[in-house]
Amino acid sequence: MLLEIENLRTHYQTEKGTVKAVDGVSFSIDEDEVFGLAGESGCGKTTLIRTIMRLLPNSARVLADRLSFRGQDLLRLPDREYREEILWKEISLVPQSAMASLNPVQRVGAQVVEAIEAHSSMSRKEASKRTEQLFEFVGLQAGLTRSYPHEFSGGMRQRALIAMSLALNPSLIIMDEPTTGLDVLVQERILRKLAEIRTQVKKKKAILLITHDISVIAEMSDRIGIMYAGRMMESSSALDIFNEPFHPYTLGLKNAFPTIKAPDKKLISIPGSPPNLIEDMKGCVFSPRCPFAIPECDAERPEFREVKPRHFAACIRSDHVEEFRQRAGDKETWTFSKSKG
Amino acid sequence: MDILEVEGLRKHFYLDPGLLARVMSKKRVGVIKAVDGVSFRVKTGEILGIAGESGCGKSTTCTLITKLLDPTEGTIRYKGQDISSLHKSKIKDYRRQVQIIFQDPYESLNPRYTVFDTVAEPLRALGIGNKLETRERTLDTLEMVGLKAEDYKDRYPHQLSGGERQRAGIASALVVSPELVIADEPVSMLDVSIRAGILDLIRDLSARLHFTCIFVSHDLSILSNIADRLMIMYLGKVMELGNIKDVIGEPLHPYSKALISAVPIPDPSYKRPRPDIKGEISQPIDPPPGCRFNTRCPQGIMEKCELQDPPFKEVKPGHFVACHLY
Repeated sequence: MLLEIENLRTHYQTEKGTVKAVDGVSFSIDEDEVFGLAGESGCGKTTLIRTIMRLLPNSARVLADRLSFRGQDLLRLPDREYREEILWKEISLVPQSAMASLNPVQRVGAQVVEAIEAHSSMSRKEASKRTEQLFEFVGLQAGLTRSYPHEFSGGMRQRALIAMSLALNPSLIIMDEPTTGLDVLVQERILRKLAEIRTQVKKKKAILLITHDISVIAEMSDRIGIMYAGRMMESSSALDIFNEPFHPYTLGLKNAFPTIKAPDKKLISIPGSPPNLIEDMKGCVFSPRCPFAIPECDAERPEFREVKPRHFAACIRSDHVEEFRQRAGDKETWTFSKSKG
Repeated sequence: MDILEVEGLRKHFYLDPGLLARVMSKKRVGVIKAVDGVSFRVKTGEILGIAGESGCGKSTTCTLITKLLDPTEGTIRYKGQDISSLHKSKIKDYRRQVQIIFQDPYESLNPRYTVFDTVAEPLRALGIGNKLETRERTLDTLEMVGLKAEDYKDRYPHQLSGGERQRAGIASALVVSPELVIADEPVSMLDVSIRAGILDLIRDLSARLHFTCIFVSHDLSILSNIADRLMIMYLGKVMELGNIKDVIGEPLHPYSKALISAVPIPDPSYKRPRPDIKGEISQPIDPPPGCRFNTRCPQGIMEKCELQDPPFKEVKPGHFVACHLY
C-alpha cells in the first residue's frame, strides 16, 4: 500500500466556528494505480490535497487515525524531513490553476530546473538536460523550455506542470483538476499523456486524480472514491462504482450526468444543495437530499463500512440497495424533498 | 419558419501594437478574424446548440446577434428584418425580444439587488407595465423558474446557492417574455447534481413559453442532451450544422469527428477510440489559407484544402458541412 488514509479530519478554525472541510475520509492507494476522487465544489477535495501536501494555513487542524506513505507515519514526520524526503521525490502535485502556479517572469524551463535543484543533488547542467527530456516526454519541444508562461496556451502550461511533477520521479502524483477549463481536444492529449506516464515510465507510478468530471474519472481510474460535504461516501473499483453503486448519492450523480452516447437519457438532478460545513451534522450529511432517508439516518453518523470486498459505503441502509437502484432512475423518486432542502 | 437568418457574418478586431511599435519594429496592425463568414438559420421554437473550442467565435456570434457589437460585414435578419437598420424606436423592442442567460451566476447578478429587484429590473428598464403589473409578473416568473416567490424575493445573491442564482438569472431573462433566448454556457459553472435541473428548466420553459434558444457550450455531452440541432464552429467558421442526432451520430467533417470522439464517456467499461489529431487550435489572427482546419486535419490533405476555402454545402437534407471531401 502506497498511501493509507484513515478517518482523516482537517478542520479550519474561523470566527464563525469550526469548518469541517474534511471530516472523516478513509481510502488507500496502491502502487501503480489511478485512484479517482470525485466530488462537487466544497466537498473537501482541495483541502484533502493540501493536507497531504502540507499546504494548509495555520488555522487548520489535522487529525487522523492513520496517514501514512509506504508505511511511514506522515502525521509525525517533521516538516523539514517531509520537504527533504517526501515532497517531489515521492509525492508531487500538479496544481489546478496552471497560470497561477507558474512564475510569470521566469522562463518555464528555469522553473523546472529550480525545482529539481532544490530537491536533489543534480547539477544545473544535469537538471537542464532532465528538463528538456521531460518537456519532450509531455509533448513540448525542448526549445520551449526558454519560453515564458504567457507564451504558452492553457494546454501547454498544464503539460509543463506535468513535466515538473515528473522531475524527480515520484511514486505518487496528485493531480488537481488537470483538465478542467481545457478544450476537449487538449484534454484528450493530456489524458493520453497521463495514460503514457503509467506505461512508459520505468518506476511504478500511482496517480491520485481529483476532478468533478465523472467522465474523466470513469475513463482514467482503476478505483474511485466519491466525496460529499467533507466525507467519503463510497469507494470501490471503477466498474463497481458505475455498475453496482451502494450509496444514494452515487446513484444521484449517475442520474445527473449527460453522456454523448445516450442523448435521450433523461437527466435527473439531486434536489437541494450541500450542507453548511460549520453546522454540526449528527447523522448522514447527505440525508437532507436523500430520497431514501429515514429518521435513523439523522441519529448517528453512518459508518464507512465494507459492503463487498474492497467496496466501502457510508449508508446505514445499504441492505436496501437493490430497491434503491431500482427506484433511483425514476424522476419521481427525487422530487420529494424540495421543500425540505 | 426561421426566426433568425445570419448571412456572411464577419467580425474582425484590429490589434494595434501602438505607434511606437509600428515605427520602431515595423509591427503591423493585426487582424483577429473572430467571426469570418458565418451563415446559418435558426428555426422558430428550436434549441440550436453551438459548440467549438475557445476562440472559435461562438461567443462573438452571440454578441453580434444581441446587437452588443456591430458586425464588420454581413447581415442578421430577425423575423425578416435586418437588425442593423432597425429604427431607433424598434431597438428597445428588439432588446426585449432577444434575451441572454449568462454563464456565471456569481458575476452576473448585482450583489446589492434582491432577487425581486434583479428580476424586475428588465421590466423597469424597458418601461413595461405599471408597478402592480411589474410585481405580479416578477413573482409569477420566479415561481416559473422554481424559486418560491415568498421565500426568495427578498434574498440577496450571497444568500443563494449557485443553482438558485442561475434560476434568478433565467427569471430576469424570461420576465420580459423574449422570443429568442441566448444561453451562453449557462451550466458550466454549476455542479453536476444541479446542472440537470437547470437544463430541464430551460428545455421545459422553451416548450411552454414558445421561445427559441441558442445554447452555446463547449460540452458536447450537454448539447447532445438538450439541443435539437447542432452547429460546430472552428476559427470563426461554421464547420458543420445539422440535426443533433446526425451530427453526433454520423459527423461528416473531420474536425467534428475528432471533437466528438474526444468526449470522455462516463462508463469505465467503454473503450473509447482515440481521435487522431495533431497540433493545437491556431489563433484567429492570421488563420491558415484555404480550409482553416487543414493544418490539423487527419484525413490527408488535398491540394485545394490549402488553397480554397471549402463551401458550406448541404450534403444531406438539413445537414451542412464545409469540407472539400464532400
